[in-house]
Amino acid sequence: MRIGRIARQVVALCTLSVMAGAPLAQNAQAPIRVGSTLALTGPLAATSLVHKVVGEIYVEQLNQRGGLLGRKVEWIVKDDQSKPDLARTLYEQLVTSDKVDLLMGPYATGAILSAMGVAQRYHKVLVHHTFGIPSMANYDMQFPAWSLGPDPATTVPNTVFDALAASPAPPKTIAIVTSKFPSVHFMSLGAREVAKKRGLQEVLFLEWDFGNLDYGPIAARIKDAKPDFLWVGALGLEGNQLLDAMHKIDYSPKEHFYMYPAPGPMSKSPLANNALSMTMFEEHAPFTNAPGAAEFIKLYHERAAKAGIPDTSVEVQAAASYSAWQILEAGVKGAGSLDDKAIAAYLKKNGADTIQGHLRFDGPHNYGDDLMRVKQVQDGHWVTVYPKAYAAPGATLRVQ
Amino acid sequence: MTLPSATLLAQSALSGIFIGSLYGLLGLGLSLSWGLLHVINLAHFAFAFLAAYLCYQLASVGGVDPLLTLVLIVPLFAALGIAVQWLLARFSLSPLNSLLATFGLTAIVEAGIQGYWTADFRKLESVYAGEKLRIGGLFVPIPELITLALAVALSFGIYAAMRHTRLGRALRALAEDAPIAAAFGINAQAHALAIAGVSGALAGIAGVCLALSFTLTPSSIYAWVGVVFAAVMLGGLGSALGPLFAGAAIGVSEAVTMAVASPSWAPIVSFTLLIALLLLRPGRT
Repeated sequence: MRIGRIARQVVALCTLSVMAGAPLAQNAQAPIRVGSTLALTGPLAATSLVHKVVGEIYVEQLNQRGGLLGRKVEWIVKDDQSKPDLARTLYEQLVTSDKVDLLMGPYATGAILSAMGVAQRYHKVLVHHTFGIPSMANYDMQFPAWSLGPDPATTVPNTVFDALAASPAPPKTIAIVTSKFPSVHFMSLGAREVAKKRGLQEVLFLEWDFGNLDYGPIAARIKDAKPDFLWVGALGLEGNQLLDAMHKIDYSPKEHFYMYPAPGPMSKSPLANNALSMTMFEEHAPFTNAPGAAEFIKLYHERAAKAGIPDTSVEVQAAASYSAWQILEAGVKGAGSLDDKAIAAYLKKNGADTIQGHLRFDGPHNYGDDLMRVKQVQDGHWVTVYPKAYAAPGATLRVQ
Repeated sequence: MTLPSATLLAQSALSGIFIGSLYGLLGLGLSLSWGLLHVINLAHFAFAFLAAYLCYQLASVGGVDPLLTLVLIVPLFAALGIAVQWLLARFSLSPLNSLLATFGLTAIVEAGIQGYWTADFRKLESVYAGEKLRIGGLFVPIPELITLALAVALSFGIYAAMRHTRLGRALRALAEDAPIAAAFGINAQAHALAIAGVSGALAGIAGVCLALSFTLTPSSIYAWVGVVFAAVMLGGLGSALGPLFAGAAIGVSEAVTMAVASPSWAPIVSFTLLIALLLLRPGRT
């Protein structure tokens, strides 16, 4: 009798402890680990910081929503020092030594290409945010958030020339000057072909090596050529350096386009008024109507300021970064597992909804539509001006 | 192919002289340190950028005129140069090892700059930035003119000091044959610290010139290394005037190449000059 009572008490205690421990055990499930590198130091560090801030925001939001498959998400990010070869080694480490569950791409084309090789070797899905040369993305389980379409060297210049053709003063002559940095160089060569087909007279074509220090002679040649429209295949600060050099010889181009400018320094430069560039997201309607966009913009302003980023506005880089995380989340949730093949199959079939809009991955090299639109610096801010459906309220393309 | 106009050529050559004067100014301190102290001080570039960021900070945040920041920057970087030389002398490093040690120091300074100012771009918007003179059809930007004036004044000033003062003669004697110079009562250590101080101060001045004309990022330290080394080697190690003239030659040859051919050919021209000189005049450096 007494032994029976003790046994009942022991059973009850065990049951209670199991019941009490159940949620603990559930919470104690290991987090899903996402591995990536970013160029936290080196020449690409300024832009990489944007991707770090965005990734932190997204993972925080994701965990507040319950994580993935009922598990928290942990992001492991390593510094590839802006070196693609180091990125390759670190991705190898992430897969073999850290044994991460999922991969997220690094920043910039060279490092992404390195990461893609590793992902292919281990049959891992690689979602990436800033790959600039679609024709080189030959791995079938890579998914781009940089929505250039499969043939940007044709489609992007056509969008720019369409915008100019619709302006009050369509250009008749063009000067194309470009860095030989691969992701802008092939676009500039594409622009050259497209301009020829559209009947624009080329008055100057120049190439320089990435890292050029003296833009004075290039500026002097542009001034001498007197183009109606200047296409600058510039990366980062190169656009600002060329603008400074042109200003020093008292020249400002009539209409001018910059491929991948450093967004903050370009919009804040008084010399850059009316400068054009490409965008997939800016901080105005209709982009801000996308689900989650407003909250992301608010959070990004706060975190970017805290991280010491001088320009805290959400534009192409931040939006592409956020989209990449949205693609990864959609893939895992859609597949209902961490199986890379299942994730890839789901994304190929369904695409993903992002703050840029719906992205498809069923075209050549897993690219869908070219979502690039034309933006312009107007009164110290980037605003989308073309096509009309995506233009900021009341904004039109300004010409000198 | 159409011939470039005279204005285009002249404007490009002027641009080459301006950038060349900055190569020369950056190379001057490096040349003195390499030629007279046998220290290949890669940290010279890092110090120049640190000075540029300090100038940016004092001018942008503190509202100080960028040129007035020299009052603080020159003594500060002279002291920094002395401190580094004192440290290097304690370990009696060979020139190659000094290169490695100062490369490490460069990485530390770069990390420090990134830690404080972040990796983002910093541009000094000074009163001089948009100012320019017009001479005929040519435009002369004031920040570049300031750099040219400083480079010429400092190069000729140091050249004169090296030739006509006791300190200069002592330094040249030490570089030529240190034991014999010491036998004549020249204090090698004190003179080495003096030249390191001058070299540090020159890095500070070059940094202010960089801040006047260029947007700063921590990693742009390395963009200058190759071409400035070329200017120093072309100009002759330990030479005060050499880096200025070699820098101008490189700058002008690159700029004219950009004006008449493709800008991407410019580095080929300048480095071909360097290789030709090393082949034709071996042992000059």
